[in-house]
Amino acid sequence: MATTSAKQVLFEPIFSNNPIALQILGICSALAVTSSLSVTIVMCISVIAVTAFSNLAVSLIRSQIPGSIRIIVQMTIIASLVIVVDQLLKAYAYEISKQLSVFVGLIITNCIVMGRAEGFAMQNGPWLSFLDGVGNGLGYSVLLLFVGFWRELFGSGSLFGFTVLSPVNEGGWYVTNGLLLLPPSAFFIIGLSIWALRTWKPEQVEEADYKLSAHKVREAF
Amino acid sequence: MAKSKETVTRTVIVALVLSVFFSVIVSTAAVTLKPLQVKNQNLNIKTNILSAADMLPQGASPEQIEEVFSRFEVRLVNLKTGQYVEPGYVGVEEPMKYDMYKAASNPELSTDIPADEDRAGIRRRPDVAKVYILRENGELKKVVLPIHGYGLWSTLYGFISLKGDANTIEGLGFYQHAETPGLGGEVDNPRWKAQWEGKVVYGEDMTEPQIRLVKGGVNENTRNREHKVDALSGATLTSRGVESLVNYWLGDRGYAHYLKNLRQGEV
Repeated sequence: MATTSAKQVLFEPIFSNNPIALQILGICSALAVTSSLSVTIVMCISVIAVTAFSNLAVSLIRSQIPGSIRIIVQMTIIASLVIVVDQLLKAYAYEISKQLSVFVGLIITNCIVMGRAEGFAMQNGPWLSFLDGVGNGLGYSVLLLFVGFWRELFGSGSLFGFTVLSPVNEGGWYVTNGLLLLPPSAFFIIGLSIWALRTWKPEQVEEADYKLSAHKVREAF
Repeated sequence: MAKSKETVTRTVIVALVLSVFFSVIVSTAAVTLKPLQVKNQNLNIKTNILSAADMLPQGASPEQIEEVFSRFEVRLVNLKTGQYVEPGYVGVEEPMKYDMYKAASNPELSTDIPADEDRAGIRRRPDVAKVYILRENGELKKVVLPIHGYGLWSTLYGFISLKGDANTIEGLGFYQHAETPGLGGEVDNPRWKAQWEGKVVYGEDMTEPQIRLVKGGVNENTRNREHKVDALSGATLTSRGVESLVNYWLGDRGYAHYLKNLRQGEV
């Protein structure tokens, strides 16, 4: 691995190597928890905490983990951390944990966490791994907040629960966009944001699988 | 090094140590946080009850909620007879500990609802329900009843609150459902909920609940407008579900017997 400076490890995943926009990981929760920003932010913090500490833990014991059970060891660490986060939310942020419902538990299956544990923490030291976890969590958060911003603003006319565009249902003028409240709308926003990101950083554009070549052969009829 | 960590013994030891270590962490978290979580759950239920009864102060602190809620009397009611039962009847020490939704899956504490009468779409009904009563100087002020039933996608759980005459609606609210956001999900809209206040449940004969959710709104020319509430636009099935479940729970198989006893001052 060429990039090992702390700064790169921390900031690369935000735009240059975003886990959602470039690696297309963790889409499931990006659809599910972005209809209101306050819920999104709690989810982001939870994911940052889990990726950071699971990376740290995996990295600390990486020389002890036998290769044959390394995936299950990583899963155990991640699952335990997720349960702890879930319990903490239920105790200290009950309302939001109710809205997040199963999605906190599903952080376990979030490919970003597992991917970073296997792909980075198994080869790098604890401090770098921790930063890598935070960085990837931040990358995930940036995109989630972006999606959440548009969905809440145009879906319910508010931001963080505060009314910005007063909706017709509450006697205002803004006709809310029902589609944006439904999970599939996040696909559109994620798609558009990937487009925007790749326009800004053209090096992220994947090479086409095939090229259309000019039609030169004259065929007999 | 690389060789030594791949042996079977080593693998088993690492697995064991790891499991023990993380089970300790997880159980510590679960046990130490349990009291806080239970407190949150109870507070959540109390908040929902108060909000249905229109008694939730704006931005109330947990202490305030406890204080207001403590004015309510919690009782268990046998739905068949409409009489109160002791907590021991359902095997709990105090009424607050009884969970009627859990009881609905216990064959000894619940009854099957015949399909043709199952308007709320809930299949089984607990025999004993938990009700919340507010009396001031011995006079009945409010009674809050838990209700639930099927909407479009999900079972809606909520509370309906009646005024002292046990016939006029004070308020209604659902605390758990998964209806479409923006359409059926508008059951949470305070402006829609506000319409329920003052609606009359029973007709002249005081037997069958008459609540209807109607298309096109309710104005002063609507016939029987005291029983009618504007349905949710774009959410016909959720509206139908709410209408059915309210009528079911206030009907014969629900709280009708109890409410009758309450009106006649027998309980």
